[in-house]
Amino acid sequence: MSHAEHTPHAESPAYEAHTHHPNYVKIWAILASLLVVSVAGPFVGIRAVTLITAFGIAIVKAYMVVKNFMHLNVAPRYVAYLVGTMVIFMLLFFAAASPDVMKARGTDWEKPSWLHQAPVAVPAEHGGEH
Amino acid sequence: MSAARPIANTRSAAGMPTGRLAVWWVIASEIVIFGGIIASYVMFRLSHDAFTAAAANTNTWIGAFNTFVLLTSSLFAVLGHKAAEEGNGPKAARMLYLTSLGGLTFLVVKSFEWTHEIREGFTITSSTFWSFYYTACGLHALHVLGGVIIMLIVAADARKYLELHRVELIGIYWHFVDVVWIFLFPLLYIAK
Repeated sequence: MSHAEHTPHAESPAYEAHTHHPNYVKIWAILASLLVVSVAGPFVGIRAVTLITAFGIAIVKAYMVVKNFMHLNVAPRYVAYLVGTMVIFMLLFFAAASPDVMKARGTDWEKPSWLHQAPVAVPAEHGGEH
Repeated sequence: MSAARPIANTRSAAGMPTGRLAVWWVIASEIVIFGGIIASYVMFRLSHDAFTAAAANTNTWIGAFNTFVLLTSSLFAVLGHKAAEEGNGPKAARMLYLTSLGGLTFLVVKSFEWTHEIREGFTITSSTFWSFYYTACGLHALHVLGGVIIMLIVAADARKYLELHRVELIGIYWHFVDVVWIFLFPLLYIAK
């Protein structure tokens, strides 16, 4: 039985440790630093940099949280497959639905003209254009 | 915590405690829910330039502050998990209370942010962007609220050295809520 397969002990007030605990404060500090970088990215003014610092760092931060805080790396491997399958489903959904949303026409179909119009913000009575 | 309690707390075939398996199962289903919203948002965002103009109205600093709050609350959650594994119930409870405080701070900041935006005229029906914004953030906020309530219940038990394994379970859920926000933040607050 691996350390990942230990189970809570019904009689004991505590339960057996199943996890190697890294330095969580250090990981948190790295995550906070990455947050600063992602906020600073747009100030560079280059779109590619903004995208990388925003979404690239988001992926890195998510990986660090999942690995170090959720301990997916010490869970049975099928848990990663389960979670990964759901992410693939999301990508399949995107691949299947995005042509209808992002294209104006396709084989034997065309969007009605009112759908070509971009969504417009409607300010409230006390609001204004911002 | 009687050993005679007729509840199966381990699935040998699953290789992990039942509760942990259940939490991962919940998370798998949540990925589809939030993933669907995020994927839909990206489709519209890429094909409608008006989203860029609308997104310019969100406050990056508030979003960044709330991201920091959630990251910090995740730290407390995992420190609570560590304390529970060491058999220190009161410390685990304290960590969960601090995590809950982070969740409540997040919700208070969010409520002020929404109040300001609604007063500015940006409501859920203003545009497709704001529909996504309120739907995604609202659903996420409900998860934060639910997590805080469950965490307070788990913490009350942990203080008395009861059901310490639940500290880890609510922690896993909380980290997932954090991960969702990690993706919502750049989508709604940074990519303008």
